[in-house]
Amino acid sequence: MTTATAARPAPAEVNPRVSIGEGIRQTLTLAWRTIVQVRHNPWELGDFSIQPIMFVLLFTYVFGGAIAGSTSEYLTFALPGIIVMNMLFITMYVGTGLNIDLTKGVFDRLRSLPIARWAPMAGRIIADQVKQAWSIFLLLAIGMILGFRIGTDVWSLLAAVGLMLVFALAFSWVSVLVGVVAKDPEKVQLFGFTALFPVTFVSNVFAPTNTMPGWLQPIVEANPVTILSNACRALMVGDDTIGTEWHVASATTPAVQSLIWAAAIAAVFAPLSVWALRRRV
Amino acid sequence: MDHAIQAEGLVKRFGETTALDGVSLAVRTGTVLGLLGPNGAGKTTAVRIFATLLRPDEGHASVGGYDVVRQSHQARQLIGLTGQYAAVDEMLTGAENLLLIGRLLGVPKAAAKQRARELLTEFDLTDAADRAAKTYSGGMRRRLDLAASLVGRPSILFLDEPTTGLDPRARAELWGLTRNLVASGVTVLLTTQYLDEADALADEITVIDHGRVIAAGTPDELKAKTGSQTLVVRPEDDTKLPVVLSVVADLTKTTAEVDGPRVTAQVADPAVLPAVVRRLDDAGVLVTELTLRGASLNEVFLSLTGRPVEDETETEGRPA
Repeated sequence: MTTATAARPAPAEVNPRVSIGEGIRQTLTLAWRTIVQVRHNPWELGDFSIQPIMFVLLFTYVFGGAIAGSTSEYLTFALPGIIVMNMLFITMYVGTGLNIDLTKGVFDRLRSLPIARWAPMAGRIIADQVKQAWSIFLLLAIGMILGFRIGTDVWSLLAAVGLMLVFALAFSWVSVLVGVVAKDPEKVQLFGFTALFPVTFVSNVFAPTNTMPGWLQPIVEANPVTILSNACRALMVGDDTIGTEWHVASATTPAVQSLIWAAAIAAVFAPLSVWALRRRV
Repeated sequence: MDHAIQAEGLVKRFGETTALDGVSLAVRTGTVLGLLGPNGAGKTTAVRIFATLLRPDEGHASVGGYDVVRQSHQARQLIGLTGQYAAVDEMLTGAENLLLIGRLLGVPKAAAKQRARELLTEFDLTDAADRAAKTYSGGMRRRLDLAASLVGRPSILFLDEPTTGLDPRARAELWGLTRNLVASGVTVLLTTQYLDEADALADEITVIDHGRVIAAGTPDELKAKTGSQTLVVRPEDDTKLPVVLSVVADLTKTTAEVDGPRVTAQVADPAVLPAVVRRLDDAGVLVTELTLRGASLNEVFLSLTGRPVEDETETEGRPA
């Protein structure tokens, strides 16, 4: 008998529970796994790197002149919102990955291991945050090359990034729910397109609210994507440079509203996702 | 501990469907129990309960003396699970898959890498170690899946239809690996739809159908109970059927039956075949077909339940 498959001589020391420290380590291992997956799946890297860059280029050069008069002015208005929109799309990877794990049986394998029950989910969400941070960095860098300038200071910029990451964390639970309910990974992506597209476009990401029909304006103003975009614009570009059409006086109000939205989304979707997951497995 | 795996009165319902209806079984430490039954019999549901993935509605189950519900964390430290579908991360390489499990089990990085290498060698996957698992063949995936369940050196292993969908060569390889594990002292619960698989690997067999245990015993006991083989004789001339029937009935000491142009009978002792040939020859009966075939799962079921295995759709605890 070779050593590789020999059983443990005796039921070795058996621990009664997982410690928090072990749980965190397991979470990081699972986050590592999600990041390593990207290396073997260049399409995914393209999805959260090339696609947002295309968006920036497309909107700046195709629509920018028409909407804001000049491409560099438009970039100042649109980039923070494009980053927000891209952030929402990237959260869909949490659901897609979870769905793959569920349909392929990997989730069962993980649940049969002596690891913290919350580690698989936490690992996914942490990995998602890394992808988010990378995308935000990439979009900011490309924006800077094209002429976008931070009109505030580094702390405000970090606050904007932090706000987006908090919102992404909350919105991940929507993605988790979709990932649990969907029959296959393609359905998760389909949701991303059919539900997320209207929600992100019916906002002031690409055009100021007052250019839209009267009946649409209250909807756009109430959209959390608009609110979060307003907060990020104020934090990145500053009060002085922002056009009056965007109605951003200060960052405080939209930032607080964004946090309230994030808390509300998490409060509804986190328990719902966990309930749906318990039903499925 | 006498029994590494034990269950008493397990009941599990999914809505209207009762997947398990009072299943009790026990696996002696260091032996293999074959859980045999058709699709939808409740095999996977039972394994999922033992592997702490599913809570029973009624009854108790324990592995290594730990209750799978109340002491699930302890139980998980003793078990390995190889599911019906190779549960490997297709985006990771073979080596990364094994490293991941090792790290999750708290093995330091260098040791986890070493363990992954050992298992890849043992399972003949060294050449494919650095390729993404999605490029693997079906047999390679199953081997990687089995290797993944062995990273933590489990003393109790659940193999849920490990060879379903594999070609004969891959199947034989998996049988060999399983035998090695048992030789090293691992207790195995194996579910299968194939009688020959249970026969080849299991020390004892429990047959379940519709969520109930309908027979249990060693393979030999079951065969004796069910008639291990079927003798089929087809005379050239149909009018000779009564002669054939009486000869066969006389020699096999069982109730032979006329089935169309053939006579069939359950045979416990294969030595009866030459005797049948001699007697039919003496009686001047020419035969066009004379075969002795092993009892199929169908026949085991037929004799145990009085009805053939229905081709049921999978109604176990896994969504489609």
